[in-house]
Amino acid sequence: MTTSGTQHQSEPGSARRTGAQEVAPAATAAEVDAAPPRQTYRKHSPLSRPNPLWGVLAWVVGLLFASPALWMVLTSFHSEVDAATNPPSLFAPLTLDGYQSFFGNSNAWPALINSATASVVSTVLVLVLSIPAAYALSIRPVKKWSDVLFFLLSTRFLPIVAAVLPLYIFAVWSGALDQIGLLIALYTAMNLPIAVWMMRSFLAEVPVEMLEAAQLDGAGLIRTLRSVVAPVAMPGIAATALICFIFSWQELLLARSLTGVVAGTAPVFLTSFVTSQGLFLAQVSAAATIVSLPVLLAGFAAQDKLVQGLSLGAVK
Amino acid sequence: MSVSETTAEQRTVLQDPSPQEKRAASRKAGWVRRAPLMPALVFVIIMTQLPFATTIVISFMSWNALRPDERGFAGFGNYAQVFSDSGLRSSVFTTIVLTIVVVGVSLVLGLLIALLLDRHFFGRGVVRTMMIAPFLVVPVAAALLWKHAILNPSYGLINGVLTWVWGLFGSQNPPQVAWLTQFPLLSIEAALIWQWTPFMMLILLAGLQSRPAEAFEAAKMDGASPVQAFRYITLPHLRRYIELGATLGAIFIVQNFDAVFTMTSGALGTANLPYTIYQTFFVRQDYGLAAAQGVIVVIGTIIVATFALRSVSSLLKEES
Repeated sequence: MTTSGTQHQSEPGSARRTGAQEVAPAATAAEVDAAPPRQTYRKHSPLSRPNPLWGVLAWVVGLLFASPALWMVLTSFHSEVDAATNPPSLFAPLTLDGYQSFFGNSNAWPALINSATASVVSTVLVLVLSIPAAYALSIRPVKKWSDVLFFLLSTRFLPIVAAVLPLYIFAVWSGALDQIGLLIALYTAMNLPIAVWMMRSFLAEVPVEMLEAAQLDGAGLIRTLRSVVAPVAMPGIAATALICFIFSWQELLLARSLTGVVAGTAPVFLTSFVTSQGLFLAQVSAAATIVSLPVLLAGFAAQDKLVQGLSLGAVK
Repeated sequence: MSVSETTAEQRTVLQDPSPQEKRAASRKAGWVRRAPLMPALVFVIIMTQLPFATTIVISFMSWNALRPDERGFAGFGNYAQVFSDSGLRSSVFTTIVLTIVVVGVSLVLGLLIALLLDRHFFGRGVVRTMMIAPFLVVPVAAALLWKHAILNPSYGLINGVLTWVWGLFGSQNPPQVAWLTQFPLLSIEAALIWQWTPFMMLILLAGLQSRPAEAFEAAKMDGASPVQAFRYITLPHLRRYIELGATLGAIFIVQNFDAVFTMTSGALGTANLPYTIYQTFFVRQDYGLAAAQGVIVVIGTIIVATFALRSVSSLLKEES
């Protein structure tokens, strides 16, 4: 592409530049053969000679970081007495008591269902709103599209805590207090900017030629979206959905301020464990494990696109 | 629209109708382009801008829900109170310390771990997955885990391990620290660093893997030592990624509520701004004061966010 362009330049540059021009086509021709070995070379970090010590160190660090989470899961399967020993009883017999007392709590299931409702419905709404918006900001961009993008992003950076007060007053006035619908609307607004950013970066990967071809064939917007954009952007859409789900599921401040006994979500339920209640470590661990499980699964499923999502598409 | 403009427009119509038609057509095309964007944009504006505008209005009112009759205009009274109250000043200080320590330590640890994971070793995918796990534990659950299972003075994991290690050497009185009461802010910082190091690691690892291999090969051929190559090639390349991680992390940690609320309930000098606002609002029910505090947090966030937006846009430009 660029090589052919430079070749046609007949201006006599420096000797070095002419040399580069001669080499360039050859390099392009050899690229097909040269690429695979170079790729493998890249995977080994250029400076690393295979030294098993670094691998061991990486494993140690990884285990160290995972250990609090692993400890949480292990403790959730211990009895209350075994969970509260000092030194810790690593090999105590396993039991489901912690989980039984978690599900024995009459508030547990409603909290999980509220969380699922708020997260899933708001994620669907986010997708419905963000896909067309991202389309209008990347594939067929409106004027000043980058201003719109940055305006959207700036709304996500505003601290939620400064909006809680008017939202609370509005909720009391309109009767929306302690209703899951209010949380759904707020989570949709909270995740929309991030979703538009992510979606934009994923839609930008759709080749322009395919879109032009679809347009020549007379395909409309819906058809173009469905048969050209969707297949390429699908993994990105899935990752966006998972990340929006994670953010909604984790949210505490809005849920804590605007819901109560009826619409309380799982994080709100967890706050009932803030003060110690005798021997309850296994029960806390079981509750924390269950509430975290959907996020852990969603996060591991979206692992490959997690960076792109968390960095708003700025990092691939 | 002014009169002269209208007549000018009418004149053009008389002379040649096509420009107006063209303008109408392009306006229509513009709206067709804008149409997919509108629902999302309108929704975001209603849901985010209206509450913040209301917050600004309330911040100039004296409004305490416990004394509903005394509602009225307060001018800058609430703001004066924010800056004169020593408790509030200390919560500003706590917020700054918390943010700087957590972002700084997470970045350094994240960079070291990213350098480790950039190497090729057996089970790299598994280690990467394990490293991500802390970031995926629900923040309230993570705070509960640290408070009860890890930092508890009598049966927490850390004191338990201390007992075990001391026991290995035959000692009967291992150090047992009441982490949350003796080092309250440090405990919160530790829990947050545990959660945010994976985030920094992911961004920096992506940065390392996008590093041009050619420059490295050239440096190696020129006989650069690993340290030199890191200092002069890797670090400059990573600069934007470090900025991005730092600013995004700062935005989220300035706003942190979950860890402070769960681990210490703002006691022992750990109340940061979001927690203090929550208290002013829900316990003292001083709406005017809470709104003024909120406005100040927004201004602080805008300052940090400006840097964030700049680093995001510089990465985007580099990409295209």
